[in-house]
Parts: sequence; structure tokens; C-alpha cells
Amino acid sequence: MFGLSAKDTRFLLIVMFLTLATPILLQPFPENSAMAQFNAGYPDLMQKFAIFGIFAIGFNILFGLTGYLSFGHAAFLGVGSYTVVWMYKLLSYNILPGLILSIIISGLFALLIGFISLRRSGIYFSILTLAFAQMSYNLAYSVLTPITNGETGLQVYSNDPQMLAGANAPTSPHLFGIVMRESSEFAVGGWVFTFNNGYYFCAIIAILAFYLSMRIFRSPFGMMLRAIKTNQTRLNYTGLNPRPYTLAAFVISGMYAGLAGGLLAAMDPLAGAERMQWTASGEVVLMTILGGAGTLMGPVLGAGFIKYFENIFSKINDNVLHSWFAFMPDGMEDFLVALVHPFVGKGWHLTLGILFMMVVIFLPGGLVEGMQRISRLFRRKKATKPGGPDHEHHPKPAPHVAE
Amino acid sequence: MTISKLTRRGVIKTGAVTGAGLALPTIFTSAASAFTNEPTGSTVTLGFNVPQTGPYADEGLDELRAQELAVEHINGMGDGGMLNTFSSKVLDGTGIMGKKVEFVTGDTQTKSDAARASAKSMIEKDGVVMINGGSSSGVAIAVQGLCQEAGIIFMAGLTHSNDTTGKDRKANGFRHFFNAYMSGAALGPVLEKAYGTDRRAYHLTADYTWGYTQEASIQASTEALGWETVNKVKTPVGAGDFSSYITPVLQSGADVLILNHYGGDMINSITQAVQFGLRDKQVNGKNFEIVVPLYSELMAEGAGENIKGVYGSMNWNWQLQDAGTKAFVKSFGEKYGRPPSNSAHTCYVQTLLYADAVTRAGSFAPCAVAEALEGFEFDGMGNGPTLYRADDHQCFKDVLVMKGKDNPSTEFDILEVVEVTPRAQVEYAPDHEMFGGGEASLGECNNGA
Repeated sequence: MFGLSAKDTRFLLIVMFLTLATPILLQPFPENSAMAQFNAGYPDLMQKFAIFGIFAIGFNILFGLTGYLSFGHAAFLGVGSYTVVWMYKLLSYNILPGLILSIIISGLFALLIGFISLRRSGIYFSILTLAFAQMSYNLAYSVLTPITNGETGLQVYSNDPQMLAGANAPTSPHLFGIVMRESSEFAVGGWVFTFNNGYYFCAIIAILAFYLSMRIFRSPFGMMLRAIKTNQTRLNYTGLNPRPYTLAAFVISGMYAGLAGGLLAAMDPLAGAERMQWTASGEVVLMTILGGAGTLMGPVLGAGFIKYFENIFSKINDNVLHSWFAFMPDGMEDFLVALVHPFVGKGWHLTLGILFMMVVIFLPGGLVEGMQRISRLFRRKKATKPGGPDHEHHPKPAPHVAE
Repeated sequence: MTISKLTRRGVIKTGAVTGAGLALPTIFTSAASAFTNEPTGSTVTLGFNVPQTGPYADEGLDELRAQELAVEHINGMGDGGMLNTFSSKVLDGTGIMGKKVEFVTGDTQTKSDAARASAKSMIEKDGVVMINGGSSSGVAIAVQGLCQEAGIIFMAGLTHSNDTTGKDRKANGFRHFFNAYMSGAALGPVLEKAYGTDRRAYHLTADYTWGYTQEASIQASTEALGWETVNKVKTPVGAGDFSSYITPVLQSGADVLILNHYGGDMINSITQAVQFGLRDKQVNGKNFEIVVPLYSELMAEGAGENIKGVYGSMNWNWQLQDAGTKAFVKSFGEKYGRPPSNSAHTCYVQTLLYADAVTRAGSFAPCAVAEALEGFEFDGMGNGPTLYRADDHQCFKDVLVMKGKDNPSTEFDILEVVEVTPRAQVEYAPDHEMFGGGEASLGECNNGA
């Protein structure tokens, strides 16, 4: 189906199911239970899962396949966001024109940066992309303030032209009248499930993006990209010029990033310069490595993981801790709170850092490798699958930095 | 796992959810409540969104301390702090309208995106009715816009840019902090008295929105004294090293250096300016002087010795002698063992003011609360008689002009109050050109769902 093998079709269907059922799956604890703190099924976070999933999928096409480590992908994210907000300001709150334009403009921007940066490989390439991204960030933060509104962030004002906006058009981002912010809630027993329009829009685009990346992974073009990662010198000797391929991969992943940036602005009509900062570029690298670079599902998992920590763990404060350990005697309670305190709330970076280190040390292939190990454990018990050549041509575990 | 099995499971799951939903009478959609996050139980949740990591983490943590204290006082614990001196007496220590106040916290990271994400999770997940805090104008403006869209009340924390209640003002947002224009208006007469009317000023300005508005405000007020502005140079935020910007100051013929910097930037730039010997120089037959228009306790601590004799302005200071300030400093000091900063004061007061406004309005609905706050005059919260102006939701009260103390006695006693500028002197028209002119409007207040 869809031009995929039976196994890939199954994989895609599982991903589709997981994505569409996210509002239910991420809400495992009843609303009034103590564990409700860990529920993640609210619109903003689910949107972030889908959007950063797209961003990481796109980044993985470049990094996972060709091994070129770009440290400047946040620049495309920012360009996408600014494009969409400008389309709000000039045309209307309909998100479609902005999203299409954000893909085009970030693609052009990626072509320009890629054309220059791809003259070098390895660490030099990383530094070049980092330099371009920081340049874009500083321009957006101060020099280009008339276009980007600087530190405050670009937003829509009531006196903007909005030429295509009708008299009764919604006053927040919408797709032909379907308002992204609106959601319907269903209470079942103690659970409350939120089905948000914006999330489902992002989810459908994320599935399409995933499908496209799957096709690229399985195509001859994807094979060529992997060849570049494996041994670029050999490819040169074969008489092939790798640069058009790497440039194409760079532009494609730039367009993915632009789309993700556009979606961010489509869910929340604001574009800030810090979306382009190097920390944002580093974040997508972390996501990809944490989940498993070069695998299809890994980057999405990594994106979800990091966003979950950022949004859920950072909100656990001392009061919450005290309520958790309230059943214990006072001294014990204070001791446990003091013990956990550095790892939650403002210390969420620390927890994430420790987890990241553990993943890199014990699971070099990322979370995906962890899952594979677990599933292999079960399969070995059944002893059905003999070892043998890899007929599916799964990407080999590869070093994280381009050689 | 086969495809058909998977699909079946999907179908069954969807069917079960729909069936259960239809069977249970508890179904409700977001349209069921009168406004966003209407509190229905015995508690009400407030959201405290402050920077806990990043350059302003210290300010954020101090805000958090004050907010926690405010919640205690509203719930009737502790000594009541400013509730005893507040001119409005509707809060009786039983929470807000009989509902116990709970709070959730979030980390803005001093980034608009992170702040909005954290605010959104408070609104969507924790069901807060009000968000308070923050330590940057960019963040304040971004979160204010979000609260307007979502239909809850925003009490901006530390934000000094004119834009927050200027061109970016919103009907659901209120600011207790003073702004760059007020700094200029308060500093003007003091600078005239100290340095005369014939001065040449050189601006170093942080290269972002707040820097621009402060530069414009200070330039306007100093030029009104007769000062000349020699040059205005933008410096990148977080530059660290300002020596290349300070060297040209001496050659320019200027005799006053105005540092429109905040936080770590201000600590670095003033330290380097002093190290370069600027303050020992004589230019045009006068002593060379430095002015830092916006002071904070934490910056002053960081700059240490170097701020001796340097003028600046502040929203509030713990050394004030009115009853409200004394009560607040006492209960804050007893709980945390240090005096509160002026951002802590802002957040504390705002939390009390919100609770008071809800009680007076008799409703948590944002439009009712906004109406209760608009044009509200009160006293007993420090800074004397205070007004929340209805036209732009800016708070008007006395502004402090501060000076670095020559002989500090403790580590907290670095600044001294030179003058308390009366409110009338810092007032301006709501359609002032620095505040978006006639085009700026609050828009409609939004109750949300």
C-alpha cells in the first residue's frame, strides 16, 4: 500500500494510529488523581509533539542519512514562523497561504546557506551552519527589528491590513473557518480528553511528513545519501558528485524545518527571535540523537521526550513534592523533597542531561535501540527469527558526527 | 500484529470512547462554562510564570518567594503582611470568595516561546484564572497577548518597556511596574539639580525593544533640561565585553554616560566604565558622570563598589518608611531572611490586587475583574496613593530615584533613596506618542470560552 512494503505499511499504520489517538494515550491518569501532574494530553504540548516531530524528521533526513551535522536548523524554523505571521498581517488569519510560503521561503533560504556551507564537510560544515543561524538570530533580534519586531516578537495588531480577511473571519489562526485554538472536551469517568483542532491539523501534516520521509529513506535517492555517509571518498572515486545530493537533502530538511516553524506560528500567532538561537538548533540535534539518528521513528520519539521534560518536569515545584510525600513523617518528607528537588522544577535540565548521557553511553542507537533490544528479548524467547542478512536494508548504526 | 487486528482495535477503541461518552451524562464541551477556567470546586488556581533558569533567574526566584507569601496571606496564614495596611478591606483571609488559593509555577526561561508554552500549559492543563510574573518586556508582551486570546487576566511582573502598556497594551493585561517614560520623568529634575543644565550625554543602549524605549524616554527628558545628546550607540545583548564601546566615549567630548542596560549587561558595562577611569575624568571642566536609568537590587549587588554615587530609578525599595512597606518587608524577612527586591514587591502586590478585585467584582470572570481594576485607587501597598488607569491599564504611583550608597553597611544596603518623585510628575496622556499615540487601543476584554 502507498508504494510501501507490507512491513512499512504496517509501521505507517501504527504511527498513524498512535498519532491520532494521542489525546487519549497521553491522558492515562484520572483528572483528580495525584498522578494527573504527569498527563500530557493538553493541546499545546500535543501540538509541540507533532511540530517538533516534523522538525526532527526533517533534520534526520540530513543528519541521519548523509551524516552532515547541521547546527543551524533553527534558522529555518524562525524563517517559517516569521513568514506565517507576516501572511497573517498582510492577508488574513487563514494559515494555508502562510504555510505554503513558509516551505518555499525556507527552502530558498536553505538553498543559499546549503550552497555555501556544503563546500565543507564535518566540523567545518557544522560551524558554518551555526554561524549562519547565529547571524540570522542576531539580525532578527536587533538589526531587522522593523521586520521582525525584535525581542518582543512579531505579532498581529488590529491596525494591520489583513487584506483578505472577511468581516466575520475568526480573529485567531484558522483553516477556512476551522479555528485552531478550539477544542472539544469529553469527560469519561474521571478522565477528560481534549480533542483540539490545531493538534489534528498538525497530526495529519506530521503523518504526511513521516510518510514522505519513509519514501525518501526507501528510495534510490535515500540510498545515495547513505552512501555519502558511509564513505564519501569512495563515492568520489566512483565518478559521482555527491554535492547535488547533499544539497537536495539539506534543502528538503530545511523545508521540513520551515514547515515546522510555520506550524508553530499557525498554532500560536507569534514569532520570536529566540526560535533561531543556537540552543534551538542544538535541541533538534539532541532530539535526533536521543531518539536514534538514522532511524525513522527515533527523532519523533526524541522530540516527544524532550518536550515532555521541558513542559511537565519543569512544573513540579516544592509544593507538589510536599503533597506527594505528605503521607510520610515530617523529617522523612523534608529529606525526600530535598533529595528530589534538584531534579525537578528549575532543575529539569539536569534530569534531561543525565538521561541524555545514559542514553548515549548505554544505548548509542538512541531510544529506538532500547525498544529494539526489548523486542529482541521477547523474540528470542520464541526463537522464531534466525539471524541473517538484513533484507530490509536498515541503516547501520553510524557515528553521530560526519566523518 | 496484522493490519486487520490493528484496525479492529482502533475501531473498538473509538467505539468504546464514543459509547462511553454518549452513555455518561457528564459530557461537557468547553462552551459549557461562562468564561475560561471558571473555578467550580472549593479551590482556585493562579499561575506564577517566572524565569527560573537563564539570565534573570535570580529575579524570578525572588518573585516566586513573594507570590508564595501572597498566597499564604490570602489564605489566612502568616501575619497577613500588606493586607493589614491595604486600603481595601474585602479580603478576610479565607481565600478568594471562600475558595482556597492554590498555585502552579512555570519557567519562562526569559524566552517568549518558552514563556508562552508554559503559560499555555497553565491555562490548558492546570486551569488557572490569572497569570502573574515574568522579568522581561519581550516575555511580558508575548504572554499578555496570549492571555488576551485565551481570556484570562495577566498581571505583568517586571516589565519596564513603554510598549507593554503602550502600543502593545491589552484589555486583559495590567502592569504594576513603572516604565521607561516614568524613569525619565523622575530622573530629569534630580539630574538637573546634581549635574546642571549644560551637559553632553552619550548613550550606550542594549540593542532591543526595551533599550530603544528607554533611550528615547531618557533622551527626551534630558534634552528638555537643555542637555545635548552627543551619540547613541547600540550594544549587542549579552556582549560581556564593553571596552570597545567605552573607549570612544572619552573622545566624543561627552561628560555623562547613560547606560541603558539591564541585568548582567549593566553589571559588566558599569564595571568596565569605572575600570577605564571614566568617573575620575574631567571633561568640559566638569566631573564625568554615569547614569543607570533602571536599577534593581540584584544588579546593584552584582556591580558592588562601582555604583557608588551613580543615579538611577526604581519602582519601589524596601527602605521606604510607609506602613505597607514595613509590613511587607517584615513578613518577607521573617520567612526568607532577606529583604524583598522591587520585582518581588510588584508580584506580591499584584497577587493581592487580583484577589481583591475578584472579591469586589464578585466574580472570577476576566471582564468583571478588569472592570474592578480599571480606575481603582488604593493606598497602603507602598509608594503611597496608587491608581490603575482605565485607559491603558498602567499603574501610577510615586517613583523612586536612587543613588549608589557611599558607605554601605550591609550587603543589602547598597542603594539609598534620593527622592520620592510624586505621582503627578510622572503622569502622561494615554495617547502619548511614546505609547503608540492615538492608534494604540486596549481592544475588547475577553472572557474566553
